[in-house]
Amino acid sequence: MNKTNITQNSITLFFGYLGRWFLRAIESMGDAAVLSTTSLAHLFHRPWQGKHIVLQLYALGVGSFVIIAITGAFTGMVLSLQGYYTLAKFGSESLLGSGVALAIIRELGPVLGAFMMVGRAGSSITAEIGIMRVTEQLDALQMMAINPKARVILPRIIAMIIALPILVTMFDIIGLAAGYVVGVELLGVNGGAFIGEMIAKITPMDLYAGWVKALGFGILIGVICTYMGYRATPTTEGVAKATTQAVVAGSVGVLVLDYILTSFFL
Amino acid sequence: MQSYRRIEITVGIFVFLGIMAMAWMAIKLGQVGGLGSSGYNVSATFEDAGGLRAGADVMLAGVSIGRVASVQLQGQEEALLQLEIQQGVKLTTDAIAAVRTKGIIGERYVRISQGADDEIIENHGEIEETESAINIEDLISKYIFSSAE
Amino acid sequence: MIRTEKLSRHFDDVIALNNTDIHIKAHQTTVIMGGSGSGKTTLLRLLAGLECPTSGHIWYGKDDLNGMSQKRLYQLRARMGMLFQYSALLNSLSVYDNVAFPLVEHTKLDKSVIHTMVTMKLEQVGLRGFEHLMPSQLSGGMAKRVAFARALAMDPEVVFFDEPTSGLDPISAGVIASLIDDITKRTKMTSIVVTHDVHAGLKIADHVILLWQGKVIAEGTSEVIRHSDDARVQQFIEGRPDGPIPFSRSETSYIDDLLHKPGTVRMS
Repeated sequence: MNKTNITQNSITLFFGYLGRWFLRAIESMGDAAVLSTTSLAHLFHRPWQGKHIVLQLYALGVGSFVIIAITGAFTGMVLSLQGYYTLAKFGSESLLGSGVALAIIRELGPVLGAFMMVGRAGSSITAEIGIMRVTEQLDALQMMAINPKARVILPRIIAMIIALPILVTMFDIIGLAAGYVVGVELLGVNGGAFIGEMIAKITPMDLYAGWVKALGFGILIGVICTYMGYRATPTTEGVAKATTQAVVAGSVGVLVLDYILTSFFL
Repeated sequence: MQSYRRIEITVGIFVFLGIMAMAWMAIKLGQVGGLGSSGYNVSATFEDAGGLRAGADVMLAGVSIGRVASVQLQGQEEALLQLEIQQGVKLTTDAIAAVRTKGIIGERYVRISQGADDEIIENHGEIEETESAINIEDLISKYIFSSAE
Repeated sequence: MIRTEKLSRHFDDVIALNNTDIHIKAHQTTVIMGGSGSGKTTLLRLLAGLECPTSGHIWYGKDDLNGMSQKRLYQLRARMGMLFQYSALLNSLSVYDNVAFPLVEHTKLDKSVIHTMVTMKLEQVGLRGFEHLMPSQLSGGMAKRVAFARALAMDPEVVFFDEPTSGLDPISAGVIASLIDDITKRTKMTSIVVTHDVHAGLKIADHVILLWQGKVIAEGTSEVIRHSDDARVQQFIEGRPDGPIPFSRSETSYIDDLLHKPGTVRMS
């Protein structure tokens, strides 16, 4: 084999690999869309899964509150600190409140909140459903005439959609409060200016943008993580791989969707 | 199912607090349904709006009394501003509106100075006296050239 | 009662079942045996409606499982039970709640009635008194018996058993086997057992179906199978390594592979 042959070979290999990867990605996106829509359709059929939605809201929503609160608090604190030293150079410390508030409400609240939820709740959804697949629990539900899509997938997606906007709002408020404490109490920015600027600069549109993002991320994470678990190869490694993929796809998906939604709102 | 009841109550509290938090943010920070409904509109044309954007403050004697609702081009050469002024603030017909900057590099806002007239601008009225934005570059170049002479 | 007609199932290139016709009679234990990869688990999953056949029909009386609506399938499943190879207990629920699960889901019975029924089913499998344990606290044999009790909860007409004795010590395996035999005879249910455990299989079977490469190679009572003069059947029930059923499944010739020098092996 001569040299050009080898390079040609590796080029075709590379494009072949890229093409296969792309086609598989498109295929699984379609597959995930079908799985989640057929699952969500059960929302309008009996039996009503209210109890299971509540249980999932407890596990995914209430259970994630502490980590969301901690993340929110530290995000607000560090933003205040960083913002203060940058703004102090121009003598515009009074803008600190609006800077922190806009950053948190428009971007960091939804995005960091979603990251935390992918890591904490999303991975556990994938692992749990994957293990149910491995141990034949999904088949067992089928044999007991219970549709796993209605019982297992639907409540998790719905819980994610309800929980994320709530958690993001809590993230926002805790982040702003923590930013206030650092900016006003520790660094000595005027408290009135901090709050006044904050209120003056935030428009209803900023709030809607944050909530629409949170809602979008909730749907995205719910769909990706349930899909990865449900379609996991039924082996131990299969579940491990699916969990990793769910976290990676979920996080990247959040960033891509964030860009798309931001471009709509600006 | 004693424990399920407790879970149900916790989730109820969680969702309730979430909705309260959203409502609080919307009212306190976003001022949804606050200013917009209780203000009146006044227009003003400027030769140079200096990059002013919708949402900027309108100040009278250093107090915020409203917001810029929109900035448009009028007749291919002037800037037409719609100002939303809080109900209860009365502007005289000879009031002067000026585009100013907070600090040296701060943001633009509209400063209004009251005149001496007794008449008051009604809803959809116009502020006729306006001062355009002060351009720092112009000021600096003026200063340099005048000192060189 | 259950009949398959030209039933086939392919996984990509692999043919798991090939035009199989079997007939399962009601009120008796049918044991489906075969080595690994003979298609027996696939056959069971097809019979239970967990997978769709590539072609062919599965008749439950006059109903064809292939192409049946989900609603009708779920109605049919209310009369089915299944014991899975790894028990498949719902691990968030206790032993009691696992056994009660189908009753709570599909009936409007009083709690006290459900309690009585669960206690009865647990007594049948000899696990009364273990209601409060979680699945993770059970041994393999106990988990299987709980799963058995759950499969029986709705008093099904048909119960499927996927490798009921695999992974168990001889005594636990014997207990499960005799439970299947005993309960089938007493309650007149139809049991379909898939296993490669020749000893237990032949002991409890009223009817044996032997599969090899997706086809039925022998059928009949345990006695008929034991005295079959088919060499493949004899090899299987005696567990001999040599015989018509090859132990190795290599695609290429051994000699060819040995003669290829390292580094020149064809990469496929």
